[in-house]
Amino acid sequence: MKKILILFAHPAFQKSRINKILIRGLQNMEGVTFHDLYQAYPEMDIEVKVEQKLVEEHDILIFHHPFYWYSSPAILKEWQDLVLQHGWAYGSGGNALKDKLFLQILTTGGELKAYCQKGYNRFTIRQLLTPFEQTSNLCQMIYLPPLVVHGTFSISKEVVMLYKKHYLELLEGLRDEKINLADLESKEYFNEYFNVN
Amino acid sequence: MEQGGFFFQALVYLAAAVVAVPIAKKLGLGSVLGYLLAGIIIGPFLLGFIGEEGQDVMHFAEFGVVMMLFLVGLELQPSMIWKLRRSIFGLGGSQVVITTIIITGIAMAMDFAWQTSLAIGLTFALSSTAIVLQSLNEKGLMKTEAGQNAFSVLLFQDIAVIPILAVLPYLAIEGIVTDNSSSSHAATTWLDGWPIWGQTMITVGVITTMIVAGKYLIGPAFRLIARTDLRELFTAASLLLVISAAVLMTMIGLSPALGTFIAGVVLAQSEFRHELETDIEPFKGLLLGLFFIAVGASIDFELVANQPGMIAGLVILLMVVKFIVLFIIGYFFKMGLDKNMIFSFSLAQGGEFAFVLLSFSTSNSILSNDVANPLIAVVAISMALTPLLMLFNEKLIQPRFGTLEKEKDADEMNEDKKVIIAGFGRVGSSIGRFLQANGVYATYLDLDPDNVDLLRRLGLKVYYGDASRKDLLHAAGASEAHLLIVAVDEEEKTREIIETAQKHFPNLKIMARSQSILASYKLIELGVDRFYLEYLDSALRMGADALCQLGHRRYESFRAIKTYRKSIERFLHELSGIHHDRTLLISEAKKKLQFLEESMLEEKESFHKEKDLGWDASGLIRDFGDNKIN
Repeated sequence: MKKILILFAHPAFQKSRINKILIRGLQNMEGVTFHDLYQAYPEMDIEVKVEQKLVEEHDILIFHHPFYWYSSPAILKEWQDLVLQHGWAYGSGGNALKDKLFLQILTTGGELKAYCQKGYNRFTIRQLLTPFEQTSNLCQMIYLPPLVVHGTFSISKEVVMLYKKHYLELLEGLRDEKINLADLESKEYFNEYFNVN
Repeated sequence: MEQGGFFFQALVYLAAAVVAVPIAKKLGLGSVLGYLLAGIIIGPFLLGFIGEEGQDVMHFAEFGVVMMLFLVGLELQPSMIWKLRRSIFGLGGSQVVITTIIITGIAMAMDFAWQTSLAIGLTFALSSTAIVLQSLNEKGLMKTEAGQNAFSVLLFQDIAVIPILAVLPYLAIEGIVTDNSSSSHAATTWLDGWPIWGQTMITVGVITTMIVAGKYLIGPAFRLIARTDLRELFTAASLLLVISAAVLMTMIGLSPALGTFIAGVVLAQSEFRHELETDIEPFKGLLLGLFFIAVGASIDFELVANQPGMIAGLVILLMVVKFIVLFIIGYFFKMGLDKNMIFSFSLAQGGEFAFVLLSFSTSNSILSNDVANPLIAVVAISMALTPLLMLFNEKLIQPRFGTLEKEKDADEMNEDKKVIIAGFGRVGSSIGRFLQANGVYATYLDLDPDNVDLLRRLGLKVYYGDASRKDLLHAAGASEAHLLIVAVDEEEKTREIIETAQKHFPNLKIMARSQSILASYKLIELGVDRFYLEYLDSALRMGADALCQLGHRRYESFRAIKTYRKSIERFLHELSGIHHDRTLLISEAKKKLQFLEESMLEEKESFHKEKDLGWDASGLIRDFGDNKIN
């Protein structure tokens, strides 16, 4: 059984209808450590040593966050800046993250069709996520496609519940190694994995 | 054996209570049943320790009911009563009217005169405020819908006693043997000799005076008394207040219970609310216990033994009729099945007012003693059965339907979590205002009557009282509260409050203001992890600002605050074990502070320290530097 670390970052969680549903129950899930960064570090004073130890104890690293300005909320950037140290995460002797899986769970107000060359966002999500992909690559991690919840301002509770179901299947599948990673290689989004099956 | 002596009586009553109540509670029967059983055991028909004087004791102990209504009033804001108006008049009104009609009908069918029947109907429509409220409170059901509805009905019944007492004399029948010995309830009042409009004017006038006095006079008076700092004087004043309200109401022919209830409601918003509650509570408890004992002792088992079938039949008839009426009304008022069960089982008995009304009826030639005596036994037995019935409902019926109150959604904001702030000076009030700005309304306690007065005028709900007393913390809601913030400025008081809270309310989380480093060590020893050095944060902010004034980078300076503060807090924990040894403490503290200063300085100057390496490019420069970039 693989161990999963979810770094959750939402500065206004109390106002997020979707994320309340998505994360409910994750704290008690076997093999999953749910780490709410804004709750752990209300003053952004991230404890580097603690975080590094936490990451070392897990096999799969997930960033779960809203897609703010085509990136993550500030604390997750701060986390990367401070925790992913040279000599630990990358560079000479930096092998702490080697061969761990990395992926993102994103929530975004924009519809899928907005994220393409002709949409108003002009780039696909995958294109916009290339800094994360490259970070993962530099740290010798295996990058998996993101699970993206689109249209968060307007989707119904039923749709959110469907996303939640997929999220749980994803966690269980990776934890119990039931998801064949080769199946994911051709996928833009993790979403496609569920829609096909 | 000298049975009449005061001390002997006190001995019997107290011993019976002290023995019977804990046993009853242990068996899950509740204290009310315990007292009743104690009464039966020491009563004339078992051990015979108390005889006829039990009746006098009951009259005296009825004052416990009066005090209970005062306390109930204290818990109720006028706005609450306004909210309950529908259930008070709807539920209560229909219960009294329908039950009266049905019981009157049954009595007439038994060939009683209609006057007698109506008197019995009115008498039996009322339930026992004492038993019901005490039992519901003990089971923690008072704040539930069922509890609130039961309370509304009882409140309406208390009000209804007044017109019932007024109507009864007109039901007199010629030829019934009268018993004038117990006419005390028709004592002379201020209303005698006035026409109806005059009586109304006096009644309205007295009640208005009471409300105005409660609002504007009691506060300053109690403040004066509080300033004397004599505990017993405050208790005396509280008792005086309750007794005055009761006497005043009796003088205008209303029930003393209603009078103290009004007094309670008027004072519900006063800063002395918790203190009053704390002072009256033990008296109420004792008197109410005495009352229950007297009820138990008054059950005439000889009479029961002579006509067991009839008495049992009447008890069952009374309770079944009342239960069915309550249940149907509850159904029409859309109560859920489980709540309706609690509601109907709790109110299906005769009440203490029945004793009053029955003796009033005999003295007014409505009932003969032959009729009244079995009825008194019926009421007493039905009262004694109530706690058993509630237990029966709770253990056997409720689990079958078992929905009870629904669980709350875990994601709801925790609005019900309560906070108590002890000490409302500069620190406490800053915390309180900050919490209020975030929608959290704490209960504030402060010991300085002048300060309380001032803050009240600023619109804050502050109560006068000493938070190191268990009963006061309890009155402030410590058993349901989530958090206790100790913000008083004396070290000694802080320790007292924490010790009381830890001993009696182990579930209460404690946060404490610490006056000094040494005080912090003591707090750590007490097991308080969340303590806050009262000056540390502002001192560090000033320090950081000073650095900025000297040209240091602002962000770096303010980040340094966090590092420094965390280290200090860690040191406090590490040093708390040796704080009794002053010399060792001083040398250790010196070492630690020196180390802290050095390490922070080093970090500031050197890029090679471990902290915040992610922002530090030296490793990168080593790997990719010189050779590659140049």
